Amino acid sequence: MVTTDAPSVPPPRPSGARHDGPDPDPGQDAARRPRRIVASPAAWLVWGVVVFFFANLAALVGSVVVNSFARRWFDTWLPDGWTTGWYSDAWDAFDLFHVIGVTLQVSGLVVGISLLVGVPASFVLARRSFPGKPLVFFAFLLPIMMPPITYGIPLATVLYKYELAGTMTGVVLANLVPSVPFVILTMTPFVEQVDPRIEDAARMCGAGMLATFTRILAPLLVPGILAAGILVLVRTVAMFELTFLTAGPDSQTLVVALYYSMSAAGIRAQQSVDAMAVIYTSMMLVLLVVALRFVNPTQLVARVKEDS
Amino acid sequence: MSIRTPVRPSGPGGPEAGGLRHRLAERGIDRQLWLLAPAIVFVVLLFLYPFFYGLQLSFQPNDGGPLADYDRFFSDAYQRDTIATTLGLSLPAALLNVLASVPLAYRMRGRFRGKRLVTTVLVVPITLGTVLTAEGLLNYLGPAGWFNRVLIELHLVDEPVTLIHNYWGVFLSIVITGFPFAFLLILSYLSGIDPSLERAAATLGAGWWQRFRRITLPLLAPGLATTFCLTFVLAFSVFPSAILVGNPAGSTRVISIAAYQAAYEQYDYPYASAIAMVMGLVELAVIALVLLWRTTLFKGSTGGKG
Repeated sequence: MVTTDAPSVPPPRPSGARHDGPDPDPGQDAARRPRRIVASPAAWLVWGVVVFFFANLAALVGSVVVNSFARRWFDTWLPDGWTTGWYSDAWDAFDLFHVIGVTLQVSGLVVGISLLVGVPASFVLARRSFPGKPLVFFAFLLPIMMPPITYGIPLATVLYKYELAGTMTGVVLANLVPSVPFVILTMTPFVEQVDPRIEDAARMCGAGMLATFTRILAPLLVPGILAAGILVLVRTVAMFELTFLTAGPDSQTLVVALYYSMSAAGIRAQQSVDAMAVIYTSMMLVLLVVALRFVNPTQLVARVKEDS
Repeated sequence: MSIRTPVRPSGPGGPEAGGLRHRLAERGIDRQLWLLAPAIVFVVLLFLYPFFYGLQLSFQPNDGGPLADYDRFFSDAYQRDTIATTLGLSLPAALLNVLASVPLAYRMRGRFRGKRLVTTVLVVPITLGTVLTAEGLLNYLGPAGWFNRVLIELHLVDEPVTLIHNYWGVFLSIVITGFPFAFLLILSYLSGIDPSLERAAATLGAGWWQRFRRITLPLLAPGLATTFCLTFVLAFSVFPSAILVGNPAGSTRVISIAAYQAAYEQYDYPYASAIAMVMGLVELAVIALVLLWRTTLFKGSTGGKG
């Protein structure tokens, strides 16, 4: 019953295919009890591996955080002294105000444009069948299945040809390549879930295509649009390869600036780099917490059977 | 009885255009398809055009015949071996991510207290991103890092273990970023499988292993294939961590480093495009093999499908 209180997105399933049976829980518990006795060592092993993984992960993140506050930290368990100076140092040295501004502008633009372009397309792909649909679908799938470097290098070459590389426009355009298909694929199940009879009714009452879209469909699709938008936002802030290949000195996002400061090790104090990494992680964590308000991560592909 | 052909009230184009429009509409083509146009324009302009531009650029090397750059790549062992290096990193890492997720997701698919918390914690590594993971690995696994200190305190090792600036650093970085992703996908696929099927098997006397082997696994297999593909794509394009925690001149010189160096250090765009094309081809070949295997599997409607 723990999972039900969270505001999760309505399950992406065509209406009518809903599971209306009685609560399957008592039977499931009864069936599970004997298995639990048999599989007990396996359960301990599984949870042991998980705990080991997360203990190491926590230590990994922790060591970055600790180092970012360390005055000096060499061959000891904990640093000699503590300071917050590296944060102001990193803030000034890397011009983080500008970098974060660029990051927010780029990701905002990418989210906006990819939603504007992707949502209508996902509507058509979810509802209609037309000649060549598999081909169109394949074309949308390819940018997600290809490694970013593979199309990033030709794309950067083209952008250089049109003198767009190194500008913010170029970075936004490059980041749109995986984002538009991503919105389409995320939105399709949400569109399928809206009853087509609602649209028919709207058309009957005299609404045009635009009115149907803006006044009937869009409000019904708000959860899906939010989910897709936030996922694209998280992906764009974290997208390293494409931004790295197309960004110039003035259009770096936070990940790319972080990479440059790391690969130029020796010039900067490591603590300063770590402070920057902590700023990046905090930003991502805020995004993640916001995202989890709107998206239930286990329901991205199929619906989890739980009553709500 | 009169049979009338259903002619639409003709629009501004006259009766002929109306007839054409009607015939097209019967085949599923009408004005609504215009909604698809912006997305198609985007894919064509920003993905297909650069891709084919790169493809034809790769056949126009700075010197030599059309295939000279491919020949150069495959005849130079330092470049050619990047394919094996990349596959040697990404295949085991993707396989480990998928296989380790299955028992964990199998445990976690029911309802229990704190499930939301556990899934939230599992998503966190996705947001760390490759660069922060690399920085953390350098700090944590380094010779004076906490990991080696614990091992030495416990007298498990005498010398610090070298886990960074080699194969293992990159491998771990792929696992850290890829595992939560694989886990979430598999949990999602597993939850889509109707639990009543397993209960039916249980009433017929199947033990937990039989239920898993005969019921769940066949239903899950297509989902496993999809998850493997997506995790493999992530692992295959490993780039920043191969430079930062790996040994970018030696054991972890992956193919993306070769492509990057050709483009941004030698400014040889045809050669870089050729390497990028080889990279895409190798990756698509692996995915095609997995998907081909997937088509031989059960394709019913009971969850678990990709």
